[in-house]
Amino acid sequence: MPKFEPVLMANMHRPDSHTLKVYESTGGYQALKKVLKESTQESFRDLIKNSGLRGRGGAGFPTGLKWTFLPKDHPGPIYLCINADESEPGTFNNRYLMELDPHQVIEGTILSSFATKASTAYIYLRIEYPTCYEHLEAAIAECYAAGYLGKNILGSGYSLDMYMHRGAAAYICGEETGLIESLEGKRAWPRIKPPFPAVEGLFRKPTVVNNVETVACVKQIADRGVEWFKSIGVPPDPNNPRDAGSYGPKLYCLSGHVNKPGCYEAPLGITCRQLIDEYGGGVWKGRKAKAAIPGGISMGLLTEAELDTPLDFNGPGKVGCLGLGTAAVVVADETVNMVDFLHNSCRFFAHESCGQCTPCREGTHWSLSMLDRIKAGKGRLKDLDLLSEIGNHIGIIPGTTICGLSDGAAWPIKNALKKFRGDFEEYIKRTNPTGYMITDAVPALEGAGSH
Amino acid sequence: MPVLTDEMTAAIKAFIPRYPNKQAVTLPALHIVNERLRYVPLEAVVEIAAILELHPAQVQDTLSFYGYFKQDAPGGEIRAWVCRSISCALRGGEEVLDHMCHKLGIKPGQTTGDGKLTLEFAECLGACEYAPCMLAGKELVKNLTNETADQYLQKLKAES
Ligand SMILES: Cc1cc2nc3c(=O)[nH]c(=O)nc-3n(C[C@H](O)[C@H](O)[C@H](O)COP(=O)(O)O)c2cc1C
Ligand code: SF4
Ligand code: FES
Repeated sequence: MPKFEPVLMANMHRPDSHTLKVYESTGGYQALKKVLKESTQESFRDLIKNSGLRGRGGAGFPTGLKWTFLPKDHPGPIYLCINADESEPGTFNNRYLMELDPHQVIEGTILSSFATKASTAYIYLRIEYPTCYEHLEAAIAECYAAGYLGKNILGSGYSLDMYMHRGAAAYICGEETGLIESLEGKRAWPRIKPPFPAVEGLFRKPTVVNNVETVACVKQIADRGVEWFKSIGVPPDPNNPRDAGSYGPKLYCLSGHVNKPGCYEAPLGITCRQLIDEYGGGVWKGRKAKAAIPGGISMGLLTEAELDTPLDFNGPGKVGCLGLGTAAVVVADETVNMVDFLHNSCRFFAHESCGQCTPCREGTHWSLSMLDRIKAGKGRLKDLDLLSEIGNHIGIIPGTTICGLSDGAAWPIKNALKKFRGDFEEYIKRTNPTGYMITDAVPALEGAGSH
Repeated sequence: MPVLTDEMTAAIKAFIPRYPNKQAVTLPALHIVNERLRYVPLEAVVEIAAILELHPAQVQDTLSFYGYFKQDAPGGEIRAWVCRSISCALRGGEEVLDHMCHKLGIKPGQTTGDGKLTLEFAECLGACEYAPCMLAGKELVKNLTNETADQYLQKLKAES
């Protein structure tokens, strides 16, 4: 295999990399010019479909296929929403793209809008990214001035408007229908699906929601072609007819107990251990890893023995994790107690549950209350069974909730209790030596709570 | 006396052409008011609703969903968000937040007596490679320790 050459991050080191001038000096907007001149909307959509590109926002859904779900010959308007809400703990790759190469994101968005026949694109950005906001706003203004946005782009007859829309510090706005509701000016309560956004989305019109990194890949495919894209990553598993493969470059995030935390571009399918050792300089302080999150906290946990898991769309699932998620790896060294880890995870989801579905609202809060109590030395072994019960019963996968936030809340609980149960039992016995076997009902301790 | 200035009203109205309906301007309008007043009092909600041709309850409903907008009193000149999510917590973020609370004598969500600083906890700020970190206004303060947190607070004091 030829040596991997980063493309998504290739220009981020340049001074003023966020400006149009620098972007154009590295071939920026050549792909757009070429596509507008040589392709039809259908042929460009098919090109992306053939590339095997899968969404980078968490679910890994094939991008071109999602675009074909839009109704044919719709009179419009059709909307494209760029999901820049990036709030999954451990994840920051979209920030790199928007802050240091916003034009790459915008060119990808224009190309994706062209392919989906969208007339307006909204970039839904989390409020915690003020520099991204400034850079994207400035870049959009540069594009209008240069004729890359607005009416009749570069004389092609295609017109597109692009606007920024800022969130207000709520994780649930990253869920695509929560995002849509929030953009419409309402509380970000995810919608029951179907109808899917492609049929009835923003303002009740056909809508595609794509992640920032996904559209950056669209721009790279437009530049370099399908063959290039498919030369990187992992082909479909021949034994799994439903696997669409894991092609292309990926921006991996690495944080926690490593020597060199950061955002690293690598081919899809490197192992978690490679990421930690070869990119991250190994676990810090000469220690060993105890556990790692494979792709944002929602995805669950890998044990040290599972670190050789490939970080492609299939790898983490094979060892009981929810999936690749955002490919954000967080390493916990051998000194970490998994009680503390799970408490942090449960507190996050209790704080971020939108409250719409009872199993999620109550499940996330009760799991936090129990972990508060366990941490305070009042835990009982029976609590672990109760926690498992919550973990097994909240989420789309068991079929009890509207959106996947609660699957994300459940997975760390399930993985922690299955893979690190010893930690919990030891902690409970040590801190509650006289009460750990009690099975009577106890009132939840008045604890810190989630707010 | 209206709470919204002419400038704010104009800024809100400038967003209307971006969307097919006016309700979609709710969040931009809340941000416009919040950036200027550091809170969104109920009077402002009523005035925003009038501009967007909504019932005030619709705007209030949306506002109250997001913990982000304060309504009782203006926040401090700087709002500092200290991350408590996993990557930061693994590197001592919660201890730094506790330290800052002690130092300032306030709890997360509260403002210092001089009105300079509102301290908040945050969930993942998307800057985990700099854990533990804090977003203070528009400034990302990286790799926080008790000492660098103290330095930041001192710098803030010196600026007044
Ligand atoms: C609770 C929750 C939070 C999510 N947060 C994000 C997010 O911050 N950014 C994102 O791109 N996708 C997020 N997603 C996934 C989106 O719903 C959606 O699948 C994605 O934006 C589609 O884009 P893609 O196909 O390009 O990956 C989230 C999903 C859930 C259930
Ligand atoms: S699963 Fe949780 S976050 Fe998702 S809609 Fe239901 S209550 Fe809201
Ligand atoms: S966990 Fe603190 S910035 Fe991500």
